[in-house]
Amino acid sequence: MQARCVGDAAIIYASDYLNKLSGERIERECKRQLESGRRALIINFRDTELVNSIGVSILVGVIDAAEQNTARLIFSDVNDHTAELFQMLGLTRHVSVVSSEDEALSLVSEARP
Amino acid sequence: METNTKRLLHTFAALADLGQEIANTSDFAEMLRSSFHLLLGSMAIRRGAVAHYDRRADTLRIISTRGLDQAPESSFAIPRDDARELARLGTSLTLAQARERATRFMEAHAQLFASTEIELLVPLVVHERLIGIVLLGEKASGEKFTEEDFETIKALARHIAVGINSHHLLAEVKRKAEENQRLYDGLRKIYKETVHAFAAAIDIKDRYTQGHSVRVGKYSEVIAREMGWSDDEVEGITVAGYLHDIGKLIVDLSVINSPERFSAKDSKEMSRHPSAGYEILAPISHPYADIPLMARYHHERMDGNGYPDGLKGDEIPAGARIVTLADSFDAMTTDRPYRKKLPLEDVLADFRANTGTQFDPQVVCAFCRAFLKEIEGTKERRLLNLLNRNYHDVERLGPMLNQMLSDFDGGAIAASVNN
Repeated sequence: MQARCVGDAAIIYASDYLNKLSGERIERECKRQLESGRRALIINFRDTELVNSIGVSILVGVIDAAEQNTARLIFSDVNDHTAELFQMLGLTRHVSVVSSEDEALSLVSEARP
Repeated sequence: METNTKRLLHTFAALADLGQEIANTSDFAEMLRSSFHLLLGSMAIRRGAVAHYDRRADTLRIISTRGLDQAPESSFAIPRDDARELARLGTSLTLAQARERATRFMEAHAQLFASTEIELLVPLVVHERLIGIVLLGEKASGEKFTEEDFETIKALARHIAVGINSHHLLAEVKRKAEENQRLYDGLRKIYKETVHAFAAAIDIKDRYTQGHSVRVGKYSEVIAREMGWSDDEVEGITVAGYLHDIGKLIVDLSVINSPERFSAKDSKEMSRHPSAGYEILAPISHPYADIPLMARYHHERMDGNGYPDGLKGDEIPAGARIVTLADSFDAMTTDRPYRKKLPLEDVLADFRANTGTQFDPQVVCAFCRAFLKEIEGTKERRLLNLLNRNYHDVERLGPMLNQMLSDFDGGAIAASVNN
């Protein structure tokens, strides 16, 4: 699981296929970052071609965890197909979906008091 | 592509993944967790729980939850009538519908449904029997569940129900198989104890040959194992050894215990025992093959001059040929009223002289091989322990056993033993 921190934000890189195995790794990493005090999570989907139903369920769990910790959750670099899926299932009501990691970091900076 | 089509494709993919997950029979908890995840992820449902219905205890036991702030109790009661009603309905119910259909259950657990923000109750049903329930919270989209959603949930829930049911059926089959195995082992134990009791009864009748039947059983076991027989076959021939003289129970006591060699009349009386043994053993359903035949034919000879039927060579069952040698070995290595036990050299000389006429060469070779391995310390001392009280210094028999192996088996067996 590749992850890095920029300021208050943790950037987590999703793998090419977001299923049970890779999804649970993302969930664990997100929860670890929230527990360590990060208030912004960026999940970068640049390598992700496909998200299956378990992947969706796990992302819903990450949304819940972020909301409980009043943390911001941003999805970046999402391909068109996956973006449509997130839109259709209503995940975009709870997360910001942006086209690049830089844009995500800007959103985080703007929100900072 | 239209949203409805995309939604349908996402649901199809979830169904396909669900099929794969349910095929995972090695880890039930993981199968269930993944299947439940798939159901939630198919329409991004934010929270829920799945519970198994225990009809004997009238309870629902939670086996997986997701996204619930407050975990429900691990199990909660459900009245049988309500369980029946849910099974009959077999489709997703809003909480309002559930309150009408399963009134007592919903009233009893009103607090649970209020605190967990559950919106739907989905009965898991197989063959019109309640297997469990799935509780579902709201969708991430915030939209109400539609009729299409209900159908999708119903299809996915049916798969999960079949998965749970199959797991429990398999567990039940396994439990019954283990129970049957325990019963079978118990019966086998009783059978063996009965056989031992019979062997003791046979040997008590003949005061000169006490312990003979048990020893013949043990010698037969060693020979059969050396011949490569399976564990089950070895157990069978051991039993045959124990019972081979059971026909002596019908022979006149004065004949059996005669201190002199048998007269012609006594010999005739004594020669009835193999056939009598067969008559006694044949009606019994033995767990091993050919026990009655081994008793009947243990006085047959390879040259056809034995009794009761004068069978020759391969006509004599292999087990009977083994018991014949074991019987002769014990007869020659124990004291009899009319003679003392023979020295082992004389016993082996008797075997050598009668191999092919009285004894099967393959059985003689197996006996020699087992004996030699015990003397050389490459095999557990079974024959030697049975003989120990009567004989010492058996190590000197090695060359004689090697020579017999060489003569009867072309030397190949002797070489392998020596190596």
